Formats: sequence, C-alpha cells, structure tokens
Amino acid sequence: MHRSKLWRQIRPHAAGWLCASPWILGFLIFTLGPMLWSIYYSLTEYPLIRPPVWVGLDNFRVMFQEDKFFYNSLRVTTLYAIVAVPLHLVTGFLMAVMLNQKIRYIALWRTIYFLPSVVSGVAVALLWQWIFNSDFGLANWLLGLVGIDGPSWLLSPTWALPALIIMSLWSVGGSMVIFIAGLQGVPQALYEAAEMDGSNAVRRFWHVTVPMISPVILFNLIIGLIAALQTFTQAFIMTAGGPKQSTHFFMLHLYNNAFQWLKMGYASALAWILFAYILVATLFVIRSSSVWVFYEGEIKGR
Amino acid sequence: MATGINTAVRNPASFGPRAGRLLSQTGLYVLLSLGAFLFLVPFAWMVSTALKEAGDVMKFPPEWIPQPVLWGNFVEAFTQDYAPFGIFFKNTIVITGTAVIGQLLSASLVGFSFARLRWWGRDYLFLIVLATMMLPYQVTLVPVFVLMKVLGWIDSLLPLIVPFYLGGGAFYIFLFRQFMMTIPLELDDAARIDGCGTLWLYARIILPLSGPALATAAIFSFLAHWNDFIGPLIYLNSVSNYTLSLGLRILQGYGGYGIQRWNLLMAASLFVMMPVLLLFFFSQKYFIQGIVTYGVKG
Repeated sequence: MHRSKLWRQIRPHAAGWLCASPWILGFLIFTLGPMLWSIYYSLTEYPLIRPPVWVGLDNFRVMFQEDKFFYNSLRVTTLYAIVAVPLHLVTGFLMAVMLNQKIRYIALWRTIYFLPSVVSGVAVALLWQWIFNSDFGLANWLLGLVGIDGPSWLLSPTWALPALIIMSLWSVGGSMVIFIAGLQGVPQALYEAAEMDGSNAVRRFWHVTVPMISPVILFNLIIGLIAALQTFTQAFIMTAGGPKQSTHFFMLHLYNNAFQWLKMGYASALAWILFAYILVATLFVIRSSSVWVFYEGEIKGR
Repeated sequence: MATGINTAVRNPASFGPRAGRLLSQTGLYVLLSLGAFLFLVPFAWMVSTALKEAGDVMKFPPEWIPQPVLWGNFVEAFTQDYAPFGIFFKNTIVITGTAVIGQLLSASLVGFSFARLRWWGRDYLFLIVLATMMLPYQVTLVPVFVLMKVLGWIDSLLPLIVPFYLGGGAFYIFLFRQFMMTIPLELDDAARIDGCGTLWLYARIILPLSGPALATAAIFSFLAHWNDFIGPLIYLNSVSNYTLSLGLRILQGYGGYGIQRWNLLMAASLFVMMPVLLLFFFSQKYFIQGIVTYGVKG
C-alpha cells in the first residue's frame, strides 16, 4: 500500500522525464558528451587513424604563432560580417518601410522580395557562380547595360568577397519580413501625436519608427551576425577559399583541417575559438544595445 | 511581436501621411519595380540558361529566349552517367523524409513534456535546451564524427537521420513548447478525469491541436534537410549514397578540363530548388509565421 502511494506521487514526474527522455538522451550523446570530448581533443594531436596524443595548449600556440591561414581566415570572416550584416539590416529595413506603405498588390510585392530567401544551399551557390562568370555572366551583362565594364568577380582577389556579399543580399527577404512585422506593431497614435507636435516625416522616422523598431534591429543583427560568422557553403562551392585566400572563411579553414588533413585535435581547437568569437561578438552587441535599443515600458536609471 | 503579417496595412506610410506626398507614388512604384527586377532576374537567368544549347550559353550579350528551347537538358541532367541524379534524388528523399518525421515526433513529444507536464527539474532542463541554441554546431562536429566512425555509420545515411530522433534540436522543441503552452489547460484536466494516460493525452489531444506548429516545424525541417550540405559532405563517401547537394557539386566537374556545363548545372539546380519553391507557394503563411515568430531563416 505504502509503495503504491509513493508511486502515485512519483508517477507524474516519471511521465515528464519519460516524455523528455529523447531529448535528454540526445543532449548527452550528441551535445554534452561531444562538448567534453571536444575540449579534450583540442588539447591533443589526433590524426584520426591513431589515438589522440596529449599536447596541452600547443594547438592554440600553433594557431596564434604558426598557422599562416588562421589570421587571414579571421580577417576574411570578420570583414564579411562587418560589411554584409549592416548592409542586410539597412536594405531589409528600407524594403520593409517601402512595403509597409499603402500600395497596390502588396502581397505580390512582398512575395517577390521574400522569394529568394526561401532557396538556399548548393543550388543557389551554383546559380551565383554562373551569375558572376566574368565573361558570360548576368552580373557583368547588367553592369554593361549602365556602361560599366565589370570586374572578373570570383577570379579576382579584390572582388570575390564583395561578390559573396552581393549574393547574400539576395536573401534579405527574411530580415525584411521580420521588420514588416515589427513596423506593424508600432502604435499609430505615436505618429499622430508626433505630427500634432509639428514634427515632419523625417523626424517621425528617426524619433518614432527607429526607436520603436530598435529591438527588432537588435534581433536581426544578432541572428545575422551568428550566421555570417559561420559562412561555409558559398565559399566552399564558389571559390574554395580563393583566389589568393581572399574568401578563405574561418569555417573553410576548420573544415580543411578536420576533413582534408584529418587534424581532428587542431580542428577542435579552432571550433572553440569560433565559439568564443561568436560569444564575444554577440555579448558585445547585446551590451551595446542598452545604448541604442529602446524598450517600451522600460524606465532608464538616473 | 505579431505572429503573422497582415496584408492589410495598419500603419499606412510609417513616414506619415505627408511623406506619401513627398515621395511621390510613382517614384515608389519605380523603385519597387527596379528592386523586383533585381530580385527576380537571377531566376529568369537560371531558367533561360537551363533551356539553352551548350554553345548558346557562351554568348555575350546573352540571348534571353533560348533557340531552340532544349527541354532535353533536364533529361540529360538527370540521366548522364557522370552523376546519377536518380539515385541522389532517392537518397535525399529517404533522408529528408525520415529525418523530418523523427524531428517532428521527438521534438513535439519533448515540447509537450515541457509545456504540459509538471515534473522535478523541468525548468532547469528547459534552460539547458535554450542554452544549447547558443552552441554553434562546429563545437560538436569533430567528436560526433568520431562517434559515428566508432559506430561504423560513416558512409551510411544513419548519421543524417538517427540524431534527429533524439529530441530533434532545441529550436524545434522551443517551437512546440511555445505553441502547446497556448492550448487551454482545462483540456488536460478533462482528459485526466476521463482516465487518459500521458501518452494518450499527447497523441490524441495535444498533438492534433498543434497543427500550425507542426506545419511550421515540418517546413523548416524539410528545408534544413533538403538543402543540407555539410552533413552529407562529411558523412557520405560513395557516390551511390550521395544526396542532391553533393550531386550538384560533382556535376560541377562534368565536362572535364574545368569546363562547366552551365546549361546542365542550371537545369539540375532548378530541379533541386523546385520542391522548395512549390512548398513555398502552397504554404507561404507558415513560412512567414515561422520566420517572424522564431527568427529562423530557410
């Protein structure tokens, strides 16, 4: 009798754990376990065919002192993120403002701008590789229409990275849609009040729209930043890191070390550096946001 | 934040009414049309190239209307023996189909547990779920690869399927949990009084009411697996196990001497994109809801 009473108390908890057990198992096997192993591997030399050999922090020393591709891959990835992410925010925001006006066939316009962000992966990379073909590509044909003699894009160390940035703008529809949702949440009364106080359109844009939408900007900024720092497929397919390492992204460097050269220990060390980089960048953005993000109902100290 | 986007405009002109006059309507339409042209022209370019003869691809300025229109390119892209696309298509469908099912089943069950059941440690574990969202996949990439190697699963479809049956990923759990929280709790009580067990409650009451969450999760899970590149790239070695993503990559080498058969490549790429585009046109609402509510990008 006592047992069954106990069971009646435990049972709901057991049911909860049981239903969550797929995740608990998955977390232990595919996340927590591998994380710990990854820490260990990062302190070893592990060529996969032989067991790992402890080298302490040597992987990190090699990374910062000897690996001639390491700093370059950090530079390429940072440059890409610094240019592409803000460009996405500005373009996505302006498009959202345009598509939040009273216009005809609004659903159709929105679909057109959103459509390219639906497709992704190797097929898109191949399409853009063809678009940026220096002799027969669409990009240089379009530039030719306005009288510009286009560069050789993916074959040029100067233009390969800008080409990837232009390509990334094609999928700006995702951020645009998030901005539109944000714009629709701005109370109309604020605009009316501002207008009654005699502020013009530009002032209303900067003093009503932008502050009210700033949490959405922060959201898009963080998501875009994390994705940009992990860029891989485009560079792998379109340029393989070239020409002259100009698109040698950090993830490409990590992939080459792990799966081309089977330096599993070193690749694990690189992965932790990438994680640290993403974490620091994200925290920096969040910290800075207290200056420029406005939350309704928030009362600032002082 | 709103969960969907109304086609009706609540804030006509966020600049305000007077700006509407300032930025004349025609100017707006010209700008919109120019933008739309730039966003759509890559698709047109892809279709045009896919239907051209090999020789006509290398013409500059390009001829937009292919003469003759070679529908046979799609057949050739599919049947050339350099990269057997029939097999890639089958593999991709097997992986995507089974992985999506696993992801939906396990994530919805776990989400159910977090949303509808009360148990010791639940809130702490949910914090861990959220924390794993921050962890980039690169950190676990190497050890998971080693694990798959130890299991003898390298060069099989298993590494691309089995992990998704164990929880289905933090994002999907979160999505289901958030949705299931909105279903009235009285339903559970009523079902309990009727003698319903926990699993019955999940399978017969909560899951059938989670249609919108299932649709959103199914779409994004489908996109993720259909377009996945790094997973197949790492785990699959034999061509007979390749997916469409890997197939496109080897088709890049078709023709030899670094000469790329762009008409066939575009035909094959178009073929790979087609299911995604069709899915989009039939379920646009869920795409937009997923992006707006959870910030996922396809």
